[in-house]
Amino acid sequence: MTSTLKAALLGVLIAVSGPTPAADYVIDTKGAHAFIQFRIKHLGYSWLIGRFNRFEGEFRHDEKAPASTRVEVTIDTESIDSNHAERDRHLRDEEFLAVDRFPQARFVSTAYRDLGEGKGELDGNFTLRGVTRPLTIAVSKVGEGRDPWGGYRAGFEGTTRFKLADFGVERDLGPASREVILWLGIEGIQSGGQKFRKKP
Amino acid sequence: MWSNSTDSYGWLQIILHWSTAVLVLGLIALGLYMTGLDYYDPWYHRAPEVHRAIGILTGLLVALRLVARAAQTTPRSLACSAGQRRAAGIVHGLLYALPVAMVITGYLTSTADGRAVDVFGWFEVPATLHGIPGQEDIAGDIHFALAMLLLGVIALHLAAAWHHQFMMRDDTLRRMLRPLTPSPQPDHEERP
Repeated sequence: MTSTLKAALLGVLIAVSGPTPAADYVIDTKGAHAFIQFRIKHLGYSWLIGRFNRFEGEFRHDEKAPASTRVEVTIDTESIDSNHAERDRHLRDEEFLAVDRFPQARFVSTAYRDLGEGKGELDGNFTLRGVTRPLTIAVSKVGEGRDPWGGYRAGFEGTTRFKLADFGVERDLGPASREVILWLGIEGIQSGGQKFRKKP
Repeated sequence: MWSNSTDSYGWLQIILHWSTAVLVLGLIALGLYMTGLDYYDPWYHRAPEVHRAIGILTGLLVALRLVARAAQTTPRSLACSAGQRRAAGIVHGLLYALPVAMVITGYLTSTADGRAVDVFGWFEVPATLHGIPGQEDIAGDIHFALAMLLLGVIALHLAAAWHHQFMMRDDTLRRMLRPLTPSPQPDHEERP
């Protein structure tokens, strides 16, 4: 094998083996590979689970510099879906989400603390029902890599919880149901032409 | 006398008229009451169950009324003018059309997630058109708006009936309370 060929092969191997540089990702809502789920106790007897079907967002992630992680998500509150039309209608109403007045909820991150092993804490500001408060999401990375269709993806899951009253919901549903848990399963596709490049 | 004549309503139409009136007014009242209930009120789930079931049954009743009306003579109009006759036609038309529209919008609200409407456990009306984003909200809002419109039309209807019966003294209300003394009926058997 010629030395040029060896060098080229080495270059390819290096290019293949390392993680990608810091990249911007678009959350893959087009392919519905992202989910925002809420859960709250019903009467203290069971968990009630629902989703927000429509949202969009992006994040920046760099494996080598995790503190630079940034996330922004905007949720269409009207898309709440707990598999029950009449309940969803009530949830959209003034008593709960008041979607007529507040059609969007939003999370914008401010900092990320890496805890190692793919886990971290994402601080940010969460706006719901027109009220903005700090919120921390416990994050853990699921994985990242190339996909079969020419893209590069990274995925995370995150959990957080907050009190309904903290965001202007005055209705007290009882002691078991004052807090809502949010679970997010997010996959993003790298944007901005950062696709894997083959060496010739 | 079960069927209508040119001067009088028959018992069939009279019974259908008043039972529809009671059901429609009852449904509107129940609808307004139940949407004001707190989630933890004992009737929060039960009231809408009753409302949905009676709504479906009322829809069937209105369908029956439409068939009965089509199959019989409509007693002559007691209107004093062409304008009054037209107004009566519009109001009466709305009194048929609005309850039908309310059954449809109510049904679309409750079946938006694909669930069937249960009628007192006797039978179910399955969902057909469902899954449209915001379906329960759009259909539900229209359902409420139509209810308010219907209330207004009913008020007009009552005022007009009162005016005709007690001001014009022309039997308008009386002929919807019982069949009036038989007027010459086209009766083929008696024809010599």
